[in-house]
Amino acid sequence: MLEEYWLFASERVMPGLNAALLVSARLIVPSALYGALLGVITGAIRVYGPKPVRRVADAYVSLFRGTPLVVQLYFWYFALPYIRVGGFAIVLDAMQASILGFALCSAAYQSEYIRGGLLSIRSGQIKAARALGMNPMQTVLHVVLPQAVRRALPGCGNEVVYLIKYSSLASIITVNELTGTARSIAKATFRPIEAYATVAVYYLLLVTLAVWLLRWLEDRMSIPGFERPRD
Amino acid sequence: MSVASQAKGQNQEILRVEKLNKSFGTNHVLKDATLTLRKGELKVLIGPSGGGKSTLLQCMNFLIPPDSGRIWLDGVEILGHKKRELYAYRQQVGMIFQDFNLFDHLSALGNVRIALTRVRGMSRKDATDRAMAELDRVGLAAKAGLYPAQLSGGQKQRVSIARALAMDPKVLLLDEPTSALDPELIGEVLAVVKDLATAGMTMIMATHQITFSAQLASEFVFMEQGAIIEHDSPAALLAPGACTRTKAFCAKINELTGEPV
Ligand SMILES: Nc1ncnc2c1ncn2[C@@H]1O[C@H](COP(=O)(O)OP(=O)(O)OP(=O)(O)O)[C@@H](O)[C@H]1O
Ligand SMILES: [Mg+2]
Repeated sequence: MLEEYWLFASERVMPGLNAALLVSARLIVPSALYGALLGVITGAIRVYGPKPVRRVADAYVSLFRGTPLVVQLYFWYFALPYIRVGGFAIVLDAMQASILGFALCSAAYQSEYIRGGLLSIRSGQIKAARALGMNPMQTVLHVVLPQAVRRALPGCGNEVVYLIKYSSLASIITVNELTGTARSIAKATFRPIEAYATVAVYYLLLVTLAVWLLRWLEDRMSIPGFERPRD
Repeated sequence: MSVASQAKGQNQEILRVEKLNKSFGTNHVLKDATLTLRKGELKVLIGPSGGGKSTLLQCMNFLIPPDSGRIWLDGVEILGHKKRELYAYRQQVGMIFQDFNLFDHLSALGNVRIALTRVRGMSRKDATDRAMAELDRVGLAAKAGLYPAQLSGGQKQRVSIARALAMDPKVLLLDEPTSALDPELIGEVLAVVKDLATAGMTMIMATHQITFSAQLASEFVFMEQGAIIEHDSPAALLAPGACTRTKAFCAKINELTGEPV
C-alpha cells in the first residue's frame, strides 16, 4: 500500500509539484522581502512618525489585520482593475496581485513586531545618541533599529512561516503554485489523498527550511545580551 | 584661537548658561540657573534628590530644552532651535549618565567608535585607532571586544567616558557617574575623573561623593528645589565655623556614608 502510494506520488504528483514549487518560491521570496522592508518602515513610522502619518500607518495595519486575506487578494485581482484614476487603471496579473496582497498583509503584521522592538529600546540610549550629536535619523538608523530588529527577529520569523502557508491562497486567484497544482492533480487523477498528502509534505519541508534559515540568521546576528531563551 | 583669548588662559570661559528655566507642567524644576565653566575647572553640583541637578545638566545640552535662558559655548550663543548648530554643539559637550546608557548592540570598541564614523565621518580605521586610544586611556583596551552585557558597571561607565572623550569635547557634563555602582567599583570611575581633572578637562559633575570632589572641585554648586542656593570653593563652604546649607547637607551625607567632612 505504501509502496503503491510512493510510486504514484513520485510518478504522477511530484513532477507537477516540483514545477509548482518554483512558482511558490517566486511568490514567497519577494513577498517576504517586500513585506519585511515595508514592515520595518511602517513600524518605524508608527513609533517615530509625525502624528498624521502615524495615524495613516495605524489605519493601514488595522485594515490589513482586520480583513480576511482572501478578500484582500480578490480586491487586488478582481476589483483593482475597475478603479480608474484619470482614465488609468492598474491591472495586475494573478502573480503580481498575490505578491502585492501577501507583502502588504505580511508587512502589517511585521510592523507590529518591529514596533514592539523599537519601543523596547531604553530611552537612555536614545539620549546618549543625541548627546553625541546624532540627528534623529542617525539615532534610529545606528542605535535603535539594529537593536529593535534583533528583538523583533523571532516574531518576524514566525510571520515568514505563516506567509509560506498562506501563500497557498494564491491558488484561489488562479496562480498554479503548490496548492493549485495539487488540486489539479487530485481532480485529474481522482487520487486526492496522494495529491494533498504529498503537497502537505512539500509545505512541511519549506517551513522546516525557513525555520532552519531563521535560526541561522538569529545565531549570526546574536550578541551577548540579546540572546533569547531556546525552547 | 586668537591671541586675546589665548592670553586669558586659565580664566577663559568655555560654557556659560544664564537664567535657565524649566517647568514640567506646574512643577517649576529649574529656576534661573546661571553658571560659568572656565577652562580646566571642575564644578560639582550637589544637593538633595529632586533638586534639579539632572534637569540642569540636560538643559545644558538641550536634551531637555529649557523654557527660557541662554547658553554660550566659547563665547558663541547656542540657539536650541537651529538643528544643525545644535547637533554640532552636542558633539563638543560630552555627557556621562548615571546608568551609562551604552549601546547594547555594540562592543566597547563599537560604542566608542560609532559617533566617530557616523557623526564625525571619520574612516573606520582612523576611528578604530582613536577609539582604542580612548579605551586605553580609561584602562579598558583589553576589553574592547566585549559587549555591555559582559562588562561590570564600573567598566561600562569607563567605556561611556571613553565614548564621550573620543569626540574631543570642550566640556564634560557628568550626572552622578558613580551612583549606580557597587561601592567597590566607584573607585575605578573616580580615578578616571581625577585623571581628567588633572589633565585639564573642563567638567561639571553632579555627585554625592563629597570627600572625593572636595579635593578636586574648584567650586561646589548647591541646588535645592530647582535653584542654585550657594556656590563657592569647597574650602570656603565647608570651613570650620562656616554656617552654610552646603555644609549641613554634606555633614548629613557623610553621616550616612561614615566619611568625615
Ligand atoms: N521628564 C520629567 N517630567 C516631569 N517631571 C520631571 C521630569 N524629569 C524630572 N522631573 C522632576 O523635576 C524635579 C527635578 O528632578 P531632577 O532629576 O533634575 O533632580 P536631581 O537633582 O537630579 O535628583 P537626583 O539626585 O534624584 O538625581 C523632580 O521633582 C522631578 O520629579
Ligand atoms: Mg539626577
